[in-house]
Amino acid sequence: MLLSRRDYLKAQAAAAAAAAAGVSLPASATNLLTGEGAKLNWSKAPCRFCGTGCSVMVGVKDGAVVATHGDVKSEVNRGLNCVKGYFLSKIMYGEDRLTTPLLRMTNGTFDKEGEFTPITWDQAFDIMAEKWKEALKKKGPTSVGMFGSGQWTIYEGYAASKFMKAGLRSNNLDPNARHCMASAVMGFMRTFGMDEPMGCYDDMENADAFVLWGSNMAEMHPILWTRITDRRLSHPGCKVAVLSTFEHRSFDLADIGMVFTPGSDLAILNYIANHIIQSGKVDKEFVAKHCTFKRGRDDIGYGLRPEHPLEKKAKNADKATESDPISFEEFAAFVAPYTLDKAHELSGVPKNRLEALAALYADPTVKVMSLWTMGFNQHVRGVWANNLVYNIHLLTGKISQPGNGPFSLTGQPSACGTAREVGTFSHRLPADMVVTNPEHRRHAEEIWKLPPGTIPEKPGFHAVLQDRMLKDGKLNAYWVQCTNNMQTAPNTAKETFPGYRNPENFIVVSDPYPTVTALAADLILPTAMWVEKEGGYGNAERRTQLWRQLVNAPGGARSDLWQIVEFSKRFKVEEVWPDELLAKKPELRGKTLYEVLYRNGQVDRFPLSDCAPDYENFEAKQFGFYLQKGLFEEYATFGRGHGHDLADFDRYHSERGLRWPVVNGQETKWRYREGTDPYVKPGEGVRFYGNKDGRANIFALPYEPPAEAPDAEYPFWLSTGRVIEHWHSGSMTLRVPELRKAVPNAVVFMHPDDAKNLNVRRGQEVRVTSRRGEVRVRVETRGRNKPPRGLVFVPFFDHTVLINKVTLDATDPISKQTDFKKCAVKITPVSA
Amino acid sequence: MKRILFAALVLAAAVPALVTGVVAADGQPGPRVSSGPHPITLDVPAEVTNREIVDDVKRVRNYADQPPLIPHAIRDYQIDLNINKCLTCHDRRNTEGSQAPMVSVTHFQDRDGQTLGTVSPRRYFCTQCHVPQTDAKPIVGNRFRDFDAVLGAGPAKEGAK
Repeated sequence: MLLSRRDYLKAQAAAAAAAAAGVSLPASATNLLTGEGAKLNWSKAPCRFCGTGCSVMVGVKDGAVVATHGDVKSEVNRGLNCVKGYFLSKIMYGEDRLTTPLLRMTNGTFDKEGEFTPITWDQAFDIMAEKWKEALKKKGPTSVGMFGSGQWTIYEGYAASKFMKAGLRSNNLDPNARHCMASAVMGFMRTFGMDEPMGCYDDMENADAFVLWGSNMAEMHPILWTRITDRRLSHPGCKVAVLSTFEHRSFDLADIGMVFTPGSDLAILNYIANHIIQSGKVDKEFVAKHCTFKRGRDDIGYGLRPEHPLEKKAKNADKATESDPISFEEFAAFVAPYTLDKAHELSGVPKNRLEALAALYADPTVKVMSLWTMGFNQHVRGVWANNLVYNIHLLTGKISQPGNGPFSLTGQPSACGTAREVGTFSHRLPADMVVTNPEHRRHAEEIWKLPPGTIPEKPGFHAVLQDRMLKDGKLNAYWVQCTNNMQTAPNTAKETFPGYRNPENFIVVSDPYPTVTALAADLILPTAMWVEKEGGYGNAERRTQLWRQLVNAPGGARSDLWQIVEFSKRFKVEEVWPDELLAKKPELRGKTLYEVLYRNGQVDRFPLSDCAPDYENFEAKQFGFYLQKGLFEEYATFGRGHGHDLADFDRYHSERGLRWPVVNGQETKWRYREGTDPYVKPGEGVRFYGNKDGRANIFALPYEPPAEAPDAEYPFWLSTGRVIEHWHSGSMTLRVPELRKAVPNAVVFMHPDDAKNLNVRRGQEVRVTSRRGEVRVRVETRGRNKPPRGLVFVPFFDHTVLINKVTLDATDPISKQTDFKKCAVKITPVSA
Repeated sequence: MKRILFAALVLAAAVPALVTGVVAADGQPGPRVSSGPHPITLDVPAEVTNREIVDDVKRVRNYADQPPLIPHAIRDYQIDLNINKCLTCHDRRNTEGSQAPMVSVTHFQDRDGQTLGTVSPRRYFCTQCHVPQTDAKPIVGNRFRDFDAVLGAGPAKEGAK
């Protein structure tokens, strides 16, 4: 009931009069509460959403989160949040929180076609253990797998990595960060031999120019955008250039706005390198001392299934990562054809704007920060795009200095901290190590106190390959945690869903809510989320942040960490390791994986009494030791002294995060440069110590076309992405009424002239159809995104518009990351 | 009982409860999850376009630091390098004429907490925090309770439901 303003004032006046007359009123009627009752318990936690890593203060009263606000003590956000962040208080309270395991059953037993039925955790682990052991027995470790998340806590990723790679001896562990940051990772590794940005967010208060490559920071990294806006509007002469395949909110701050043809960013990048060389603006001393030149392989395919004609045709599909050394002159000759005319022709960007952009980079007096996320990473040549932007900064020496540097923005809150640093990718181990390197495996086995040969050397199935292998019946016992891949994987109806419902497979999905992924599972496990557990995240600028458990999870919901560690008790080491491996360490005989991996004298070395006395810690109490601290400290031994140094566990609880490497208690803001990075020795000036020769690689790589382009039958480009109000697949933000009401549904953004030609109007329902599938969605011609003619954009947050039925499962052949930004579709009105 | 019936109706209606299929009955161990045909296999019609809420009525905030929602239309509002349309009403200088609420004092502070003479450039893009609402129905209810409700000091607030 809505009180009218007059009624409301009357009621208030009556209450005031009663009070004045000394009539006693219930406490609730007084309008100011004082004393202890008014107090909240405030604690810090990083935001649950994007890779920016804002710190929020969380107010708790009587076991419930009642308020959140931006943390004024945080360097990242200084008191600000975006609209999603301001509504964090409500994400845990959706009415359909899962509180008990649910198994598909008929007449009391498991049935793949049965109804979801509540069972106990014991029963859940019983059936999981049965299915896992059956698969291991039949086909070995490659038949079990796990799909994790860049939203997992550091502890969860680390526990999962040990469980899969050492315990079950399967590298079939991959995070959803494969869809998100894999190209950035491979870009860093190829150029610098070491992952993650050299600079940090402080660059934003020091730069003279910002260049956004395919990123829409105004919506996807809004708090960083406030820092850039602050700089642009208050630093005289500051310029912002924005490149994208369609116009969006970041263009509102742009001095140079550029809409380019999908995929032609490669040509623009090479044009800029060519312009720098031609105009004599190469920092010759820097290049001579700190860089080497290499030519990569071209024609490397599109990461499709091997029988696809495009893969058969590609001459270097199996040699995508190879390269040969070349000279500076050879590099100059390689980029020489990328003239202004050619860049303009391929991209469609006016020449004067391309020249203005190139001039920002070429002018030695302008400090430039380049920023990118999914525009580069979700790209069939994503690794190349990353390499090419580093080329520009290396040629000009504009790197690792306040305000000067290439900055790879991160999508998820712990894509850096968990997926990358912990190494939950199918080819990785902690601290940038890889499973294919025998020394790396041995080092990990030593730290984990396991016999040599425990970790398999062959990389496991990456995200897209996991779906293919599930469909093909080669991956049979599969656990998904902390991600909604049925909504976010590419080509879901054809390549993801069939594998989940394949009768040969048993699929487990852990989630707080019944997502479309959970609905496709055989067993759903209810998960504790965010501040219902202790956690740790690592953001885009190498900042590690830890938080406490602030409230209890509802009912039987348990954290992913508890689930993994508890499940490990179900395996005796003899059941999962061959005899010859056990023979190398016979004292492990008879033990469970729980004892081998977590009760190993290291992870369990911190007693319960080390836990913070004012906070709950469900997992520690369950297992009888400070599990999170033990995991963190064991994990930290991988990086300490190797350029990935983390501070002590306890210190992070009194800091708003610290940027690694943390050496002698000091964080590092700019890596690779003397004076700001303790790993660069006096007199070295700059040293890219990720590579053994201390030099960064400048790569000669060409423009190559996307895997699929519009044609007569499918005449539109489709790009997908996010909106500011919703996080990823919307499983949290759509349950916040204010965010749902702000943007209730996905729409298809298109040019008004395209709509006119199709004879459809704003708000009308259309089908967006590709060779793979279709969705029904309403037309938007006047919204915040303004595509050029021939391109449409559909956000992926909406579970009623599963746009990834339409997308193509082409990946970058090097990073195996999907291109969600480029495929061909047609649009037809839904006939009324 | 009434709730279970309601939920059953929602299930029958199929959209948008396809994904959630919830029966949030009190005292039950948890929601019942739909085991029926998976939404990915269905030809799901687009939901109707919701109407914008433009009644100019302030909504109760869930907590003090929640950015107020925008109760009026903002379509075609220009906020760019040239002009910020929102400030033409909400800036300190303009509120007497517009009778619109002045932007919060927090918005005058720079990164270091110093108060400026004008709105801080870091707060320039209003829609990063402030959003309008439509009349769309929530996909499920939300059990968030504000401070007063948790304290038992008053009836549960509806927030912006």
